[in-house]
Amino acid sequence: MAEHLLEIKDLAVVFHTIAGQVQAVNGVNLHLDKGEVLAILGESGSGKSVTASAVLNLIDMPPGEITAGEIRFKGENLFDMPPARRRDINGKNIAMIFQDPLSYLNPVYRIGWQIEEALKVHGAKEKEARLETLRLLEKVGITEPISAARKYPHQFSGGQRQRVMIAMALALRPDILIADEPTTALDVTVQAQILDLLVNLQKETGMALLIITHDLGVVAEVANRVIVMQNGKVIEAGSVRDIYFKPSHKYTKQLIKAAPGKGKFSLGISSSNPLLSVSKISKNYGVFRALKDISFDLMEGETVAIVGESGSGKSTTAKILLRLENANSGSVFYQNQDILTLSDQDLLKKRRDIQMVFQDPSQSLNPRMTVLQLISEAWVIHPDVLPKNKWLRRVEDLLEQVGLEKEYVRRFPHQLSGGQLQRIAIARALALEPKIIICDEAVSALDVSVQAQVISLLKKLKKDLGLSYIFIAHDLPVVRDFADRVIVMKEGQIIETGLAKDIFLKPQKKYTQELLLASLEPDPDVQLARRNTRKKLLEYKI
Amino acid sequence: MAKSPPTAKDNNTRRFVFNAWLLMLARDRFALFAAIFLLVLVGVALVGSFALEDVATKQNLRGRNAPPFDFNKDWIFWLGGDALGRPLLARIFLASRNTLMIAASAVSFSLIIGCFLGLIAGYTSKFFSHLILRVADVIMSFPSLLLAVIILYMLPPSVINIVVVLAITRIPIYLRTARAEVLEIRERMFIQAATVMGASNKRIIFRHILPIIIPTMVTIATLDFAFVMLAESSLSFLGIGIQPPEITWGLMVAQGRPYLTTAWWLSFWPGLAIILTTLSLNLLSNWLRVVLDPQQRWRMEIGDQKNG
Amino acid sequence: MTNFLIKRAVTSALSLFILVVLVFFLIRLTGDPASLFLPLDASEEAKEKFRDLNGLNDPILHQFFQYFSDLIRLDFGISLRRAEPAIDSVLRGFKWTLQLAAITMSLVASLAIIIGSIAAFRVGGFFDRIVTFFSLIGASAPDFWIAIVAIVVFSVGLGWLPTSGTGTVFHWVLPISVLFIRPFGLILQVVRGSMLNVLSAGYIKTARAKGVKDTAIVFVHGLRNAMLPVITVIGDQAAGILNGAVIVETIFGFPGVGKLMIDSILQRDFAVVLASIIITAVAIFVMNILIDIIYAILDPRIRY
Repeated sequence: MAEHLLEIKDLAVVFHTIAGQVQAVNGVNLHLDKGEVLAILGESGSGKSVTASAVLNLIDMPPGEITAGEIRFKGENLFDMPPARRRDINGKNIAMIFQDPLSYLNPVYRIGWQIEEALKVHGAKEKEARLETLRLLEKVGITEPISAARKYPHQFSGGQRQRVMIAMALALRPDILIADEPTTALDVTVQAQILDLLVNLQKETGMALLIITHDLGVVAEVANRVIVMQNGKVIEAGSVRDIYFKPSHKYTKQLIKAAPGKGKFSLGISSSNPLLSVSKISKNYGVFRALKDISFDLMEGETVAIVGESGSGKSTTAKILLRLENANSGSVFYQNQDILTLSDQDLLKKRRDIQMVFQDPSQSLNPRMTVLQLISEAWVIHPDVLPKNKWLRRVEDLLEQVGLEKEYVRRFPHQLSGGQLQRIAIARALALEPKIIICDEAVSALDVSVQAQVISLLKKLKKDLGLSYIFIAHDLPVVRDFADRVIVMKEGQIIETGLAKDIFLKPQKKYTQELLLASLEPDPDVQLARRNTRKKLLEYKI
Repeated sequence: MAKSPPTAKDNNTRRFVFNAWLLMLARDRFALFAAIFLLVLVGVALVGSFALEDVATKQNLRGRNAPPFDFNKDWIFWLGGDALGRPLLARIFLASRNTLMIAASAVSFSLIIGCFLGLIAGYTSKFFSHLILRVADVIMSFPSLLLAVIILYMLPPSVINIVVVLAITRIPIYLRTARAEVLEIRERMFIQAATVMGASNKRIIFRHILPIIIPTMVTIATLDFAFVMLAESSLSFLGIGIQPPEITWGLMVAQGRPYLTTAWWLSFWPGLAIILTTLSLNLLSNWLRVVLDPQQRWRMEIGDQKNG
Repeated sequence: MTNFLIKRAVTSALSLFILVVLVFFLIRLTGDPASLFLPLDASEEAKEKFRDLNGLNDPILHQFFQYFSDLIRLDFGISLRRAEPAIDSVLRGFKWTLQLAAITMSLVASLAIIIGSIAAFRVGGFFDRIVTFFSLIGASAPDFWIAIVAIVVFSVGLGWLPTSGTGTVFHWVLPISVLFIRPFGLILQVVRGSMLNVLSAGYIKTARAKGVKDTAIVFVHGLRNAMLPVITVIGDQAAGILNGAVIVETIFGFPGVGKLMIDSILQRDFAVVLASIIITAVAIFVMNILIDIIYAILDPRIRY
């Protein structure tokens, strides 16, 4: 039998902590051949990153320890190699790119130098290294490579930084490239570009690509085969089409079902009473114009989704609505009053009606407060809403309403999972009985299977309590079956607005179309079609 | 990754946390010894110093400069006797009271004021922030010992003055750190969440920010205690700190200086006391810093250490 | 970059100005500046004459302008003991202290950086434990006690080194050694802590993934990033070395500005005290600006 380029056999990794041993990887088997693209799909805690780190000897040991298994590269067991030889393989034969290029590039050295280093470490001379670096930068799509090479990482955008990382990884034409969630931290349109780049480079060089992701869309876009991991074990493995259309394991089925963007479109709202009227908001940070004359309405009982990439101004809009920032001009009318000009006292009363759920619940909940304290803080600030002796009861009711057991009142945030924490954040937002809840990327930091649960919770609450939502997202699919109307923003302006159905099926503006085409669909056939359309659009553009 | 529903153990969260801390302290043997030593020392200063006060002040000219390790004598003389025949062990006990009290007062004073000013500088308007910082700069720009020396030149060296001077020179340390922490914390999401609910500035500072900066401040205070002790000892050594008949370890070292070649133990034991105390404080502060930093904490949480 | 420098210079000037004002008021805080400047047994007439001569009976604002213009011209008055302008005594002493401080800090910085980095890289190992142990002891030691013990052992007991004064290389050994210990212990700890932080960063993983050797990982990738917080501490310690210098110079009879200050205080030679304060403060402000420049050089995120 021909040997595989890379083969992992029965790998087991444990981490030693004060709570005992944590089995991060428990008997993982996989193989990768030349020219293949293999995806490792898993949620957080599945062990996918640890498995990949083991290949390049990147696990910190202690506290980690490889307790069993072997990793064979071209037949040789990496664990049996002398350290110098193992180190030589890194970069030359196997290379890796990481999720967050900002923290994975050394901030104090020029990027040209960092790429040159990859070459020089494996024997290249100064002059060759420099020329090759320029060539690589051009290859990955960095314009003006000569001046770019002299810049520092912080002077580039997220997408450009990832291109630099790719250039650095490809410098020595490795046999295998491992990409650990390479596009998770990037904007939607940039994500599509980077994935395209990876696929093209892979086809051109014939190298094997091992891509780690939690996103089914990424799998559909780039991979030939996929293995699904959960809790350190391989749940299922096969070709992408087989796994998607004929999943056998319960967990895989669950993941596929939870992928967003398959529900029915909302029919829209018949009400004509604008609850909130945003009129010509502008906001500048020094010279930078974050918002340019933004206007829109929120009807009673409506869910309006604001979708945009980074720099679009969507978060700034939320902050201004909540008076976390002050606008330079414009007004926001609620109940016939401009809430931007309210005095502090009046504002305090109005705050009860407009509340917010933040993106990352592990950050938005004070880690030193119990669930009871977190939710009842609202009533400490607004004592006239509920008398103190009723607090505990009401918190328990709220917990029930968001689907948690009432025993959780005495727990601390670090004892709970991401999904549970976001439910608590929602309960906290409900404590003041608001009419409007602004969700700022409220599901972006959660695992895919949990995202669907939280969104259905939000839907239920809307029906039960008659709420209106402004839901901010960076990606269209997640709002597809949740929003009544969608507003698309870019660079501080509203590009297009309309009913969800219209935006998704009949987008008018080019940017909206680009955004739709850039989003990744888990269904491999659909994704293939979309990719072809995207390519055609790009060619047409050039 | 789903977590399990609450168990009985989790309900006793506070006790569990306390036990975890004790466990971590036990794992670091040095920090454990340091903690025990300091507890004993506090006991000595609070109780022992009073108990032995009479013995420490009774002059006995026959026991002048009595050498140590003479086990025939009373146990109280095992460290030797000073120039007036008073037992050194008792003197050290007695001096511990002043030494610790002065350092503790100065540290408390500067901790509270520095923290308070740092909170203001970090959270309120730019103008106050700048003003407070500039004054802190001025104080910091000057080596604290020198500053203390100069001020004590102009004012009489009473215990109160020394405490005040030492405290003032240390305020900027707490101020700068508190301010830096506040600046970072106020951008965190749960602070924004509190603002959205309508929390006042006062509530945010005292209910949310302050509890978070306290551990860092305590770590700094532990280290600073050592520094202030050394500063007071240096001042007393130079003759501008504590004046007799009050006694601190620093002054004991100074008083023993003329007899260095003949009766080395007069300066040696008090100096050793200073070293052991400051060492314990440093060890404890080190331990605290690691424990409170989630990134480095795992090193302490492992049972057996292996080489990287 | 120049913007940054200008801003720093302005804030330093402001702080210096505040210091000058504070000193002015401190002097008058005692009630009678004349009794500060003149010997304790000076007669009331002499004091009155002094006050007239130095405009101490003039309105406060007037006095302040006089004081300020004197300061600018570096005229601090005449040293009573040395019968020369105070500024001369101070500058002479400053030369010695500067050498002492510079040599000591250079040794401290270079050794602490190297040893601290190695200790952090093999954290928990034997080298690390030994290094941490000794640096903690060093950071805890009262310099005056170490100085006198050192004298007893090395000068009196063994006779290897002189007890005081200057002149030969040997005269520098004990003062530098004693002065070295505490800052070394402290900075070593800081370097180690900072390096530990840095070594867990993402770009270190990237370097490993590229196949970079261990020494390069620590000293090329890690060190420059780890130095950023350390530089600030080195600056603080360099200022603080004047603390130690006071003790060391006094005990070893080293004619630096620290000893000068203590002597002048005990001799009530206030002009010299004043001159020392101001000159020292200026030196420290200049050093802080230098530290900030070094910081900006090391960290391109500040420059661009």
